[in-house]
Amino acid sequence: MTERQVSTLDANEAVARVAYALSEVIAIYPITPSSAMGEWVDEWAAHQQPNLWCTIPQVVEMQSEGGAAGAIHGALQAGALATTFTASQGLLLMIPNMYKIAGELTATVFHIAARSLAAQALSIFGDHSDVMAVRQTGWALLNSASVQEAHDMALIAHASTLTAHIPFLHFFDGFRTSHEIAKIELLGDDDLKAMINEELITQHRDRALTPDKPVVRGTAHNPDVYFQGRETVNSFYDNCPDIVQDAMDKFAKLTGRQYHLFDYHGAPDAERVIVLMGSGAEATHETVDYLVAKGEKVGVLKVRLYRPFDMPRFVAALPKTVKFIAVLDRTKEPGSGGEPLYLDCVNALHEEWVNGPMPKIVGGRYGLSSKEFTPAMVKAVFDNLKQAKPKNHFTVGINDDVTFTSLDYDKEFSIEPDSVVRALFYGLGSDGTVGANKNSIKIIGENTDFYAQGYFVLDSKKSGSTTTSHLRFGPNPIRSTYLISKANFIGCHHPNFLEQYDILTDMLPGGTFLLNTYWGPDEIWDHLPTMVQTQLIEKRVKLYVIDANKVAKEAGLPGRINTVMQVCFFALAGVLPRDESIAAIKHAIEKTYAKKGEYVVEVNLAAVDRTLENLFEVQIPNKITSGIGLRSNVAVGAPEFVQNVIGAMIARRGDDIPVSAMPIDGTFPSGTSQFEKRNLAQEIPVWDPEVCIQCGKCAMVCPHAVIRIKVFDPATAGAAPEMFKAVPARDNEFAGMSYNIQVSPEDCTGCKICVDVCPAKNKSAAGLKALNMGAQPPILEQERKNWDYFLTIPELDRRLIKVSSIRQQQIQQPLFEFSGACSGCGETPYLKLISQLFGDRTVVANATGCSSIYGGNLPTTPWAHNSEGRGPAWSNSLFEDNAEFGLGMRVALDKQTEYARELVAKMGAEVGDELVNAILQNPQRDEAAIYEQRQNVALLKERLQNARNPEAPRLLDLADMLVRKDVWIVGGDGWAYDIGFGGLDHVLASGRNVNILVLDTEVYSNTGGQMSKSTPRGAVAKFASGGKPGAKKDLGMIAMSYGSVYVARVALGAKDEQTLKAFLEAEAYDGPSLIIAYSHCIAHGIEMSTALKNQKAAVDTGQWLLYRYNPERALNNENPLVLDSRAPKVPVKEYLHMENRFRMLELSNPEVARQLFELAQEDVHQRWALYEYLASRDYSQNGNGSH
Amino acid sequence: MVELKTTYLGLNLRSPLVASASPLSEKIDNIKKLEAAGASAVVMYSLFEEQLRMEQFALEHHLTYGAESFSEALSYFPRPAEYFMGPDGYLEHIRKAKAAVNIPVIASLNGITVGKWVKYAKQIQEAGADALELNMYYIPTDPYMTGAQVEEQVVETVKAVKSALNIPIAIKLSPFYSNMAYMARRLSEYADGLVLFNRFYQPDIDLEALEVKPHVLLSTPQALRLPLRWIAILYGRVDADLAATGGVHEAEDVLKMVMAGANVTMMASALLKNGINHLQKIETDLVHWMEVHEYKSIQQMRGSMSQQNTANPEAFERAQYMQAITHYRHPVG
Repeated sequence: MTERQVSTLDANEAVARVAYALSEVIAIYPITPSSAMGEWVDEWAAHQQPNLWCTIPQVVEMQSEGGAAGAIHGALQAGALATTFTASQGLLLMIPNMYKIAGELTATVFHIAARSLAAQALSIFGDHSDVMAVRQTGWALLNSASVQEAHDMALIAHASTLTAHIPFLHFFDGFRTSHEIAKIELLGDDDLKAMINEELITQHRDRALTPDKPVVRGTAHNPDVYFQGRETVNSFYDNCPDIVQDAMDKFAKLTGRQYHLFDYHGAPDAERVIVLMGSGAEATHETVDYLVAKGEKVGVLKVRLYRPFDMPRFVAALPKTVKFIAVLDRTKEPGSGGEPLYLDCVNALHEEWVNGPMPKIVGGRYGLSSKEFTPAMVKAVFDNLKQAKPKNHFTVGINDDVTFTSLDYDKEFSIEPDSVVRALFYGLGSDGTVGANKNSIKIIGENTDFYAQGYFVLDSKKSGSTTTSHLRFGPNPIRSTYLISKANFIGCHHPNFLEQYDILTDMLPGGTFLLNTYWGPDEIWDHLPTMVQTQLIEKRVKLYVIDANKVAKEAGLPGRINTVMQVCFFALAGVLPRDESIAAIKHAIEKTYAKKGEYVVEVNLAAVDRTLENLFEVQIPNKITSGIGLRSNVAVGAPEFVQNVIGAMIARRGDDIPVSAMPIDGTFPSGTSQFEKRNLAQEIPVWDPEVCIQCGKCAMVCPHAVIRIKVFDPATAGAAPEMFKAVPARDNEFAGMSYNIQVSPEDCTGCKICVDVCPAKNKSAAGLKALNMGAQPPILEQERKNWDYFLTIPELDRRLIKVSSIRQQQIQQPLFEFSGACSGCGETPYLKLISQLFGDRTVVANATGCSSIYGGNLPTTPWAHNSEGRGPAWSNSLFEDNAEFGLGMRVALDKQTEYARELVAKMGAEVGDELVNAILQNPQRDEAAIYEQRQNVALLKERLQNARNPEAPRLLDLADMLVRKDVWIVGGDGWAYDIGFGGLDHVLASGRNVNILVLDTEVYSNTGGQMSKSTPRGAVAKFASGGKPGAKKDLGMIAMSYGSVYVARVALGAKDEQTLKAFLEAEAYDGPSLIIAYSHCIAHGIEMSTALKNQKAAVDTGQWLLYRYNPERALNNENPLVLDSRAPKVPVKEYLHMENRFRMLELSNPEVARQLFELAQEDVHQRWALYEYLASRDYSQNGNGSH
Repeated sequence: MVELKTTYLGLNLRSPLVASASPLSEKIDNIKKLEAAGASAVVMYSLFEEQLRMEQFALEHHLTYGAESFSEALSYFPRPAEYFMGPDGYLEHIRKAKAAVNIPVIASLNGITVGKWVKYAKQIQEAGADALELNMYYIPTDPYMTGAQVEEQVVETVKAVKSALNIPIAIKLSPFYSNMAYMARRLSEYADGLVLFNRFYQPDIDLEALEVKPHVLLSTPQALRLPLRWIAILYGRVDADLAATGGVHEAEDVLKMVMAGANVTMMASALLKNGINHLQKIETDLVHWMEVHEYKSIQQMRGSMSQQNTANPEAFERAQYMQAITHYRHPVG
């Protein structure tokens, strides 16, 4: 065997390398956690990297995973070697094609980063729910438990499928394996060549459809032969296990790594055995070693080939001495007799056990949605098997206090060996901690003989996110597939964490604690919380401090402390000699940043050189001097459920929440984000009422709804805090009333968009506006009081607000607030606007994507309700079905309203004809009418209480349906232009009164910026590394072609009044409405604080046209299309140069950029000419209003 | 037939009409047109170190912003195989310009750090530039920095660049030194030519938006006076060629500058305003004037009206300024 190259990488990359090398056609579509595999292959193809046969694979992005599966099916039929990658819902969408591909005995491999399925809730994290949902399709299921295995099994799968004629699903655990960085031995081209039999490729091609040798495949069968046809494949499944084992044996000869379909590890005379697959097998392996060394007779059986399930081999792999077996499933199958792997094992024992009394076998569930699976839990499972009557159908890792399935386990049980360095780092998403740690792993992996492992726990919030990095280094392969709980080294990269979390709880005695802090070694002690002081003393921790922000800033890297902290880690952890590590870091910096230019390299090197002289050890006193406690992130006075359940999640104690505390069906209260006080902003906007012109723009653009306006009668508002600001309201309608703009100081993310948009400048210092950023800490207490008081001021009667004017409309209470969206998000202001205008009567159907994550990801959610308890009711079904989901809501509401009206019409005798007529005849076109309807419905309900009519109770159930209800269907461009387009189109054609809002960021933002059909020409995006060659799809034009759909294209930052008008018209239109809203996004590579300027530039250059198409105008013999944009007055290049997504192309491929930018300008001209023509058509003679 | 030939930085030029650094040279086509219209050399637009630096940091910022923070999106951009960062694009442009025309191509560079001045200057030389103009665009605003410190910084830079290059260098400098003549002499110890003067972007105030806006003002013929004075003063006193830039719009301006002592006159605004072919008109007018006034050559007239050759040398000095003011207040007559 030749010496192989080692590398540190994650499983997504390790797998993609093999898949790419062995494929000709690759269909891709983004879905967490498998997206990176698609991204890798797209980049390699863009970089002209060849596959094993020296040709560049064709990589094609599809509109959905269903599309990808269809494309692969076609590619296979046409004779190519084809592959794809997916997970979770994506895999479900592939099922129909998977049956076909298997039924046709076609060789292919799909690589799956296994993930939970959306049931009571969506989860992006790892378990086997998805792969278990396809176990019946006829595919071979091969799994990997580690990064090395994923690399290896990828090859074994590709080799086996060609021989077996059975398609293979190769899966590994999402996040735990897909995202774990590990040092592995890479397979070389020679290995791949040795494993792939070219004759089998010839056979594969021989079966291809070709007019040169025509056949017919995919026929329809009748009852006479379908059954027999189905049975023709049996021998292929019979042969498959041998084929895979042969491939594994061949692989072992090449690499020395021997796998079996079932690998047993443990005591040869084990009595208790755990059977499982996936990454949990590694933790079990490690625990078995520990327990066997203690004399326990235990073992683990790792299942590698799950389908076809080779029962004889399974039984043969068990030690003959086994008496008790626990089969662990990382999935849940409600209502079944047991989870799938368990049932397979039971059946295998039943059919194949011949060694005397059959062992006792139980099944249990573990690790759903990346729930930790630790040696303590493994031990609990083994301990369960010791019981006289082991618990069956158990769970482990949770506290099931409802049906009592859970096993108790000792949380303190740990088997981490001394030989492994374990480092934990707490960072902010923005400070580069994770990137630096990935770099450190590479340095150690590539410069020492140590094995290395890195796993990163990132945030579900997109702003102010915290990250935790778990790094292990040691002399032996690392099988610890769980988070670090006993650390030798902890780095805290942001001092605020000390007051938020119990950072040192995982510190081992004698460990090293590195703290980034403003305070020097002589000052820090008194600024540490009591708990930290106590732990430092009791655990005899060595404490080091550095002001990394200062060092980074002085080196020219403001805010990026990654390099500085990395140097400190190497200096203190001692994994490498100090000089060697510094040299290695410098080398890595040169390698990492060289592409981005010499200046970036230089400042990072400067940061390295400045670090050690600023790193100080702190002499720990023996006395606790601090009175600082842990800060609560939950607002005082929050409801009990928020305090106890959501509060525990916020405090990172969600794992301790018992089953009984969880909602049974995934239903949560609305308006919980108000209770999570994140205090992210160092600076917040401060209002200067003297300068303010009361235009309302700041509140309108605020992505987080932290800037609020109230107009109120000072006489009834109660005593205000001393520092509360209020001035007379300027609008004549509000004469005599007070006007206030208040900022919620603890919810602001500090994005500065409000300051950017503010048009009022201070006449004595033009650099100041009516809103100016000011440091948050000094004004926190005062502003907190002001905010609390502000909340007590009654909302202005909605009937008094002129909604068509922003300055008044923005007084309306937002019912979408404090979301976890990116600081400065371009989407959320539109949602907030809906919530203000129509929130108290709206149901929201939300496609999966950014808006469903910041809109519905726990712990707290932003959709809120008003003081009457009304507000948007929100739900997310799926990514692909959102338009249909919303339509279903509409139809249901319409039916119930219709029925309620029918019932009301019959109730004249009971409630009075006058009331009946008032209710039935109210058109509910404005706030006043809706208010009146609500009053009348309340009266109706009151009168119905005592009604004798047998139908009265039915009407009582439905009476609220008599008040107008809106349906808003919301999603991003990935949904509207791609995966959900078919449904969207159908809903547009339905004529039903739904309002559709497309938050158009022109990429799949939530999964990291992959190209959609909305991506503009020339933009660089993932899956379009070389710049998107084609033009953006004109969704608005498609919708307009129906002639019966209200269509608007808006950009809040360019023309806010037009945006407001469009939302009002869309809602008022009695039919389908579509609003396509320009939403700036961090995936554009822009300055988020001035992103509205990008919106304006997009409109000024004609890149983004503003218009409103209202079919009602045609009925009045007016042209339905109103162009709200002016003719483009600036070259589009000026806009393109403002955004990194375009600029990148100029920097990476100037010639292509030049061509595409010229075409983009041509697009602008043609688009303008077309729309100008359409908007100028004369409709005065069109009596029928036809389109 | 009059002789228009001149020399500048050791380069033999067919006339004193040189295209100065401007956006015109961003396109190779324009450079060809300049040559066709009679430009005897072209100074390329400037490579700004600050811009390269900003671009690199901007790229780094945008590629990492929001990355490694959120579970579903570890990054927001793909990793391109390579970027054309740094001066690559500019160097390529120099190479293309050299290949496209026969007239000398003079590159222009504006740096921040001595190290980068030298590094880029060398790369520009390697790219084939015939000469390099150092664009000393720097506005000191630190009230604690002395004039001597500012001057020393400039001289040190020029010294470092000169010692690293084989091609000639010219210094385009500002007039804002307490003793312009001293600076000119110091610089001429290292530089082959001085370009008088650098015009800075002049900020303006937008009254409606209440914002300060960078405003590029094209030069006017009145701008001629400042370089005219200093070329006249420096002619014969410093060991460097002199190039006049700023306010050269017509043949008469060329004549005045050459008579003051300029080896070449550089034009940008006049060409941006009137088109590249304006050069031809200037040349025709120039020849015509020389013929009418019976001048044989540019060499003949060069420096003829310099301070040392003129009848009233004090006219270029302060006394004359006082006189001018007096005349303005009390018009004679």
